[in-house]
Amino acid sequence: MIEIIRPLTQLVNLQSPLSLNDYISEGGYQGASKALHDYSPKQVLDLVGDSGLKGRGGAGFPTGMKWSCVPMFEADDDNAPAFKYLVANADEMEPGTFKDRYLLEGAPHQLVEAMIIAAYTIAANRGYIFLRGEYHLAGKRLQQAINEAYQQNWLGKNIQGTNFSFDLYVHTSAGRYICGEETALINALEGRRANPRAKPPFPQISGLFGQPTVVNNVETLCNLPHIVKQGADWFKALSPNSDSGTKIYAACGRVKSPGLWELPMGTTIREILYQHAGGMAGGFKLRGLLPGGASTDFLLPEHLDTPMDFDSIAKVGSRLGTGGLIVLDDKNCPVAMVLNLMRFFAQESCGFCTPCRDGTPWAVEVLTRIEQGTGRKEDLDTLYNLCDFMWLGKTHCALAPGAVEPLKSALRYFSDEFEQHIDNGCCSYQQDNIVNKSLTLQSSQGGAVHG
Amino acid sequence: MEYNVNTMPPINIVTIDYKQYLSVSEISSIEHEVSIMETREAAGIEALRIVQEQRGWVSDESLYAIADLLNMPEAELEGVATFYNLIYRQEVGQFVIHLCDSIACHLTGYQQIYQAINTHLGIGYGQTTGDKKFTFLSNVCLGGCDKAPTMIIGKQHYQQLTPENVIDILNDLASQESEHD
Ligand SMILES: Cc1cc2nc3c(=O)[nH]c(=O)nc-3n(C[C@H](O)[C@H](O)[C@H](O)COP(=O)(O)O)c2cc1C
Ligand code: SF4
Ligand code: FES
Repeated sequence: MIEIIRPLTQLVNLQSPLSLNDYISEGGYQGASKALHDYSPKQVLDLVGDSGLKGRGGAGFPTGMKWSCVPMFEADDDNAPAFKYLVANADEMEPGTFKDRYLLEGAPHQLVEAMIIAAYTIAANRGYIFLRGEYHLAGKRLQQAINEAYQQNWLGKNIQGTNFSFDLYVHTSAGRYICGEETALINALEGRRANPRAKPPFPQISGLFGQPTVVNNVETLCNLPHIVKQGADWFKALSPNSDSGTKIYAACGRVKSPGLWELPMGTTIREILYQHAGGMAGGFKLRGLLPGGASTDFLLPEHLDTPMDFDSIAKVGSRLGTGGLIVLDDKNCPVAMVLNLMRFFAQESCGFCTPCRDGTPWAVEVLTRIEQGTGRKEDLDTLYNLCDFMWLGKTHCALAPGAVEPLKSALRYFSDEFEQHIDNGCCSYQQDNIVNKSLTLQSSQGGAVHG
Repeated sequence: MEYNVNTMPPINIVTIDYKQYLSVSEISSIEHEVSIMETREAAGIEALRIVQEQRGWVSDESLYAIADLLNMPEAELEGVATFYNLIYRQEVGQFVIHLCDSIACHLTGYQQIYQAINTHLGIGYGQTTGDKKFTFLSNVCLGGCDKAPTMIIGKQHYQQLTPENVIDILNDLASQESEHD
């Protein structure tokens, strides 16, 4: 059996992450050192482009291509902006996703090293780690790693004797899912309400404080030290598929051993679910799953042999998203599941554009009615229409289309369930579950204390 | 009755310098955040967090004080404060329970945990116990989906909750010395 190479997670230690010295003695900072001393920014850019690295934040955009849009200047160019920025997106609020937390808590120096490489490539002199507020431990450990890196001149002025300088800060978010959208994140970093911005201009041209800015997901960035150290071909060879590298896959729901695993990009759903997550928990059967977090379309048991890479998952009608499987079993009601997801999106909608601000709560209202057994036949048409109103191109950002994905696929795959709820005037899953019922009736407000 | 402007008592307009509501250490922490940002307002969110960390929540006075310190309109800072889930604009108890109600916790039965807390403390979402020990809120996915159901109290994550162990956790906290006594 071929041994699986796990570059991203091999140095992860959740109990006590490696200090800077220990990280270095395990081969850490060699990537950054190589980039700074042996390569020009253009060479690193080409290397990352050749490696085929694609964004792990959900959209799968090629990282090299994203960076190549950042304007570069000669040292003496008067038009050069005062700052360019690099931001690590550590907001991770997509339900069912917990991979970045693992990397942040377990190997903070890997991210610091990665950000040095990325910043060098785009010639950014300031970086922020945009961290969700609930990740307290990650915040503490990142700050510790940053302090160590400053002490040993891996951050600050003239890093390791080169003429590259880079300052790195942690910004702790005050919590809102939309902050993960990169332009909303930029507004949040500027101290504003996190409404997404119109694109163009793209952040690479005009982002944080109007300056060129690159936002990358934590997992995307963490690949960089390894790519620089081991080369583009090595990175491509990590995966047998067209997408390069490894991916941190996860599984949650009623599976035997929920968790996360770094595996070659393109590992099949079946292998993740049955080999790594141990299959379904005792007494439960697989009904369906969301392959990459809350804002992806349902897939069915018939899709189990699909490789979890960007193209293959797209071919069967869903998205790789964050690579975290959310598994629906036969004792959980699909309508209640979709209702739970839609409530999340309704609550987290930033309220900027009408289709999403009004559409998501409307969908919640209709789904609640169906789940409670007071749904009407026309309600299904309403839901179909809402899926259309909130689809790509009709909203200001991708949150609403993301909310549509589980709904429209559930309407397709579990249509009989929706109809039975309406015809029978009840949810058959809830008959012996009073607690569930009383919570469905509760308001979806969640008790905000915002005055 | 007729009003005569000349005989009416003068209206005293009191200008309050709200900055005095902030402590020296709060101001210095906020100024540090300002120093790593391009504009003063950009430190607004961190400033709200700093004050909340000290005082438990953000009162009107605190909000005005931060707005003054950052040279920004209060309404704008209020817009920011109310946008974010983790800024409390109402008084909260000593321990704020954030129970995850997102999908993995839904599939594994956070509803039972809700019920247990609700019965034990007698409060629902958005409410605070009479002794001001506990406030109960929901939270979106806490990134512990593989160990669902989960909650956060203070900075502590609690995972793999059951209706039984959640009561033990609450009892442990309730028996702790109140920080403010
Ligand atoms: C509503 C919404 C939420 C998002 N949340 C996150 C997030 O928490 N973390 C993340 O890395 N990307 C998130 N994204 C994707 C980002 O906008 C962006 O595409 C990503 O950070 C780019 O990084 P990458 O190219 O490295 O994937 C979100 C997108 C949307 C529309
Ligand atoms: S789609 Fe939703 S989250 Fe995105 S801008 Fe519109 S209202 Fe805001
Ligand atoms: S859904 Fe509850 S921790 Fe992720």
